[in-house]
Amino acid sequence: MKAIVHVFLKPGVLDVQGKAVESALHGLGWTGVEGVRIGRVIEFDIGGSDRAAAEAEIRAMCEKLLANTVIEAYRVDVGPAP
Amino acid sequence: MKAAVVVFPGSNCDRDTKVAIERATGAQVHMVWHAETELPAGLDLIVLPGGFAYGDYLRCGAMAALSPVMVEVRASAERGVAVAGICNGFQVLCEARMLPGALLRNAGLKYVCKPVELEVANGNTRFTAAFGGRRRAVMTVGHGEGNYFADPETLDRLEGQGQVVFRYRDNPNGSARDIAGIMSERGNVLGMMPHPDRAFEPELGSSDGALLFQSVLASA
Repeated sequence: MKAIVHVFLKPGVLDVQGKAVESALHGLGWTGVEGVRIGRVIEFDIGGSDRAAAEAEIRAMCEKLLANTVIEAYRVDVGPAP
Repeated sequence: MKAAVVVFPGSNCDRDTKVAIERATGAQVHMVWHAETELPAGLDLIVLPGGFAYGDYLRCGAMAALSPVMVEVRASAERGVAVAGICNGFQVLCEARMLPGALLRNAGLKYVCKPVELEVANGNTRFTAAFGGRRRAVMTVGHGEGNYFADPETLDRLEGQGQVVFRYRDNPNGSARDIAGIMSERGNVLGMMPHPDRAFEPELGSSDGALLFQSVLASA
């Protein structure tokens, strides 16, 4: 199966990179842009075919390493390998 | 008096820290590679030095926090041994959840490298006793991710329990409540972004960092 993990700073944690990119977009004329948040995407393959079990395992990985839950939130997408 | 400096792949202040501790205190300093599963017996102080452990991959300090040696560092801290994380070492201690909070990208997005004036917010700790009531200190910072963050309840608790050890007098990175250094509830684990290892003799612009190492090794 293919796992895609999205990690973002939690709402309320100032994303200074996001703010800088937002003001750059405004400078380019896209003045309607708001709330830019920059995160990371982590992709990997994971064995087995039980989607729920895989998701539980990936959540454990996020709690232990992939995200720092003091400042970051994560979203897990897992599905059949393409 | 016996101290150890942990060396991670990517540490770059490890040797400076060794020299600083030796010159400031005369203590014997062991260098311990991160893959070790044992620490020398009878340590009074363990330092996690500055640098870019594991190239700051994933998040600063995230990979280092899972290094084999950290099992023993944590166990030593639980036994009451003094542990100090300087700069990248502070990031490692937060990632290891040995200290609360986290260090975010500097509010100004820039790497800051300069001497900073600090307030010794708590002079009655294992790490600050030798400041002898002095409330001001000067040390250098050098970091891109030193913006201390914790939720308001945690910050209130840190302040209420005297766990804020150093504050910036002119905040260089956006840290919450000007926090430059904190310690654990028990007072034996310290994390700070400024470098005492770069301030141990007058030729370096300040010798205030020597007082920190003298404090912790005098209390040993």
